[in-house]
Amino acid sequence: MNQMQNLYREVIMDHYSHPRNKGLTGNGKQNHLRNPSCGDDITIELEIKDGKVNHVHHDGHGCSICCSSASVMSEVLTGKTIEEAKEIIHSYFQMIKGEEIQNEDILEEALVYQGVAQFPARTKCATIAWKAAEDLLGDQHEEK
Amino acid sequence: MLDCKKIRKMFPIYQNYPDLVYLDSGATSLKPQCVLDKMNEYYTQYGVNIHRGVYRLSYQATEAYDQARQIVADFIHAHFNEIVFTKNVTEALNKICQMYQKKLKENDEIITCELEHHSSVLPWMKACEEKNMKLVYIPLNDEGRVTVDQFKKIITHQSKVLVITYVSNVMGYITPLKEMIQLAHQHHMIVIVDAAQAVSHLPIDVKDLDCDFLAFSGHKMLGPTGIGVLYGKKELLKTLDPIDYGGDMNEEVDLYHVDIKDIPFRFEAGTPMIAEAIGLKEAIHLLQSIGLDQIRQHELEILEYAKEKLSQIPNVTVYNKTSDIGILSFNVNGVHPHDAATFFDEANICLRAGHHCAQLITKWLHCIGTLRATFYIYNTKEDVDKMIEVVQEVVSFFHQFEVK
Repeated sequence: MNQMQNLYREVIMDHYSHPRNKGLTGNGKQNHLRNPSCGDDITIELEIKDGKVNHVHHDGHGCSICCSSASVMSEVLTGKTIEEAKEIIHSYFQMIKGEEIQNEDILEEALVYQGVAQFPARTKCATIAWKAAEDLLGDQHEEK
Repeated sequence: MLDCKKIRKMFPIYQNYPDLVYLDSGATSLKPQCVLDKMNEYYTQYGVNIHRGVYRLSYQATEAYDQARQIVADFIHAHFNEIVFTKNVTEALNKICQMYQKKLKENDEIITCELEHHSSVLPWMKACEEKNMKLVYIPLNDEGRVTVDQFKKIITHQSKVLVITYVSNVMGYITPLKEMIQLAHQHHMIVIVDAAQAVSHLPIDVKDLDCDFLAFSGHKMLGPTGIGVLYGKKELLKTLDPIDYGGDMNEEVDLYHVDIKDIPFRFEAGTPMIAEAIGLKEAIHLLQSIGLDQIRQHELEILEYAKEKLSQIPNVTVYNKTSDIGILSFNVNGVHPHDAATFFDEANICLRAGHHCAQLITKWLHCIGTLRATFYIYNTKEDVDKMIEVVQEVVSFFHQFEVK
């Protein structure tokens, strides 16, 4: 049961029940990703201004890990430069894979997903929103 | 009740995982040692190609492969030349769709229902899109069953094909096939049956059903992966052009012309799944020695027990209370099936979470997915007890949060 408490942290369940920045505004670039095997369906919207992530919104449905991580991400990435955001996402993926990370502070609240590394079957749930954001940031770079 | 202790000894996975609670036979059954042994025997003692060889070992391999076809044919009351081996039921259903659609034209109607597995409905969805045909769904009744009455109501002069599941892989309902097939034939339709979930639970008699085509996989019936079966009435099979051309399916090749073999060989180009067919033959022997009626009785007993136990837990929704075979689809209210699945996984319980490759029925049920436990010959009431324990754990764990 301890491992379960570690996976489903209070913060995670709170973001699941009360998602922040939920709902798309149409003011940014959107990326829609699905995981057909479990039904996760997430759209991420990034509003970028002057090289910074101004707003992050998300919409969709899925399990608690998937939906809450979109909500947590929306808070963590807001206000960061594109480069910072990319670094955070990269570190997040390392953490989910159970790899050692240098600067875990940059993950802020997203650190609560550390427990996912013990559940390989759930890594997809924890990363789908972040992958959608990563793609959007990548596009941003290419367009310059 | 079957003697599960004895039965489990036949399945080597239980020696490697004595605590395994395997409730996912609807996805694939466990594999008994005798099937593995027969395949190994082929590979180690006469593992050569069939048909082409003019030497003794090849003759032996050919014999074993032909025997497998005969055993499959007998198993479903068909003729030897009405059995086409494929890699699985999906390939069989795609193949028949591709072959038969050549006989169809614009505005023809393909009738199906929302209980279908994607393998059954998607090939026809695509065919309808390409040929401008119409896919028509038989409305399900309140319970989620397909009925003869509803089928009758939607048949028109344009209706040409009925493609329908024998047993739903989410609801466990048996389709009233015989009456539906009669009705379909009265309206000059042909009927394709997806028997993937039926074949390991019910005796199948294609002559009695009078279906035109029927398909299933070996791996859900104690057989190996990589082998499936397409049954077709011989007079119909003879009218179809093969999809695949190549080795072994032809009789004579000239510069600009090929004479193809008779059925069923014309539909099996290239080296077939020899070891898998031999494994399937052994699986059928085992099913017959246990007895399909006994198997069904066993799983229904487990199912009843599970339903009763689940009904005692508040906050659980069961979607198929009247399931006809050992399939139970349920959810813990307010908990996403994938969140629940992790708890089962932690307790070494394998069950499926999601839409089970049948999104249409999940949508019909207005849910995002379900937990599905499927019971088979090696499952016991103790397995159910372990599952129930986890269900209770899931209920109380998520109760601590204010899950919406």
